[in-house]
Amino acid sequence: MTHKPDESDKSGKKPRTEKPISFGLDSFGDIPTDDTGQLMTYAGAIRQVVKEAVLADKLGIDVIALGEHHRSDFSISSPETVLAGIATRTKNIKLASGVTVLSSDDPVRVFERFATLDALSNGRAQIILGRGSFTESFPLFGYELRDYEVLFEEKVQLMAEILKEKPVTWTGTTRAPLAGAEIYPRTESGRIHTSIGVGGSPESVIRAARYGFPLMLAVIGGSPERFVPYVELYKQAGAQFGTPTDEIGLHSPGFIADTDEEAVETAWPAHKINFDRIGHSRGWPPLKREHFDEEVAKYSLHIGSPETVAQKMAKTIRTLGITRFDLVYGGGPMPAKARLHMIELYATKVIPRIRELLAEDDKPGKKAAR
Amino acid sequence: MPDNRKALTILGAGKLGIVLAQLAVRAGYVVYIAGSAGAEKIRLTVQVLAPGAIAATADDAIRQSDIVILALPLGKYRTIPKELLADKLVIDAMNYWWEVDGERDDLANPQSSSSEVVRDYLGNPRLVKAFSHMGYHHLLDEAKPSGSPGRKAIAVAGDNQTDNESVAALVNDLGFDPLLIGPLHAGKQLEPGHEAFGANVDAGTLRQYVGL
Ligand SMILES: NC(=O)c1ccc[n+]([C@@H]2O[C@H](COP(=O)([O-])OP(=O)(O)OC[C@H]3O[C@@H](n4cnc5c(N)ncnc54)[C@H](OP(=O)(O)O)[C@@H]3O)[C@@H](O)[C@H]2O)c1
Repeated sequence: MTHKPDESDKSGKKPRTEKPISFGLDSFGDIPTDDTGQLMTYAGAIRQVVKEAVLADKLGIDVIALGEHHRSDFSISSPETVLAGIATRTKNIKLASGVTVLSSDDPVRVFERFATLDALSNGRAQIILGRGSFTESFPLFGYELRDYEVLFEEKVQLMAEILKEKPVTWTGTTRAPLAGAEIYPRTESGRIHTSIGVGGSPESVIRAARYGFPLMLAVIGGSPERFVPYVELYKQAGAQFGTPTDEIGLHSPGFIADTDEEAVETAWPAHKINFDRIGHSRGWPPLKREHFDEEVAKYSLHIGSPETVAQKMAKTIRTLGITRFDLVYGGGPMPAKARLHMIELYATKVIPRIRELLAEDDKPGKKAAR
Repeated sequence: MPDNRKALTILGAGKLGIVLAQLAVRAGYVVYIAGSAGAEKIRLTVQVLAPGAIAATADDAIRQSDIVILALPLGKYRTIPKELLADKLVIDAMNYWWEVDGERDDLANPQSSSSEVVRDYLGNPRLVKAFSHMGYHHLLDEAKPSGSPGRKAIAVAGDNQTDNESVAALVNDLGFDPLLIGPLHAGKQLEPGHEAFGANVDAGTLRQYVGL
């Protein structure tokens, strides 16, 4: 392995038990197939996500995060509207975006929508801000790709101000200035939980620390271990800026079925369709089975039986010392039934097993082995 | 200077530049790395992610070594200080990525490869294309000592055989089997839209992908 997780030792790590790890699900609203093998409609796909979130809430999963996309393969372009629907039918589950593409949105509107969601859900709204890995929203909303950097930088800065829920005074180049603007509705808690999602860019990690936002690492390829130095970068940057850095989460794709074989055979065709569609616009050649198998075996695709996935997730959690893991599920046209079953296995088998594995590590005498 | 380690300069301190710096430090190179602005802006990143590498301005970094890797967004190639690169061995690791670079007619020319466009801009015939086809995460994960079973390959394309061999030696030092695929123009095979783009495979398989 390229990185030994020795950083956690230098940084005077706290025992993980101090903050319970939260486990989430993350969907982009991929279009599933129904019992007859037909692709659902976009509307059907959205209702399916609501159904899944209701199940997840009943089974005690901590978070449902919904991504924002503006392309034909995904049904969710307005996550907070779907989350609002979920809000009124659930009790405990946190309702997050994953991510809100801030560069092509208006921070004032973002706050208004999530504060509304927060009201409907009795304080369960969460925002994950990001640049997004797609660019469709730029032409759609009239933004220039070449302004990518400045749009995100300015809007994160404004968002950080708005989240304080005090009158906002701001000037910049990417939207109209605000002079002592009051933005409503105020939340009951006074703060919407807001993180920044980061891919592999070191600058984004430093930005998250600069504004004191929790970090959500998107690990969609390669080994999770390679993010160990990013965690260290986040902590050291936070130490320089005097901001808190104790909340670090990760989102990564996966799929769970009763056996390894069933999981892999269900995920592969859907994953391939998903990958090839996206790859086509980026110039990646079609995905080969051996490369998929390699990602499953060695890297960041958390696909397999409950035991396989639990072991893999526990390893990632240990190595990175994270406090949250959102599993991105249902990529590509997957049977809706398989998705529901996966959520059941995640809640009833995988999560308890991970907690057990992590508790074992914390027993005296085991620590040195970590 | 009594230091007889080899020196390497990397322009671009983003995802790819940092990984190349990590690999080169590990291979025993003295590494200079620069972003678009001053050294201060990338100092913490370099210190934490690629300890041992030296953060510098682009101009200073270029003066420190004879080999310079271009790891900045291709769309910004005209900001490269070309006068300073005149006598250097320059390695082009850049790809045309419309989502970052925007739609660019000069870079999407179906006849020439993007490396030829960069070579012509720099006016430097020693430009070699390498390290462009593998994702940065795989570069970090897959680097292995020479002779390791299942070692992955990096393609090298350039017009000058001596320079190609120097780059091949660097590829090997950084943890990959070099595969010489021909003149700079052959680097077209490695660009987005071609089978070798994204390839994280051994030399035999990569050879098939580029049609050798
Ligand atoms: N990411 C990959 O997996 C991968 C793999 C192979 C090849 N590539 C290619 O490598 C290049 C860089 O990609 P990336 O993903 O690393 O991008 P990135 O994360 O956005 O990093 C780009 C870096 O280049 C710097 N830069 C911009 N203009 C510069 C200049 N004139 N001189 C020196 N540095 C400059 C940027 O600095 P500022 O932040 O200060 O602007 C930033 O540090 C692209 O051409 C890409 O196609 C990428």
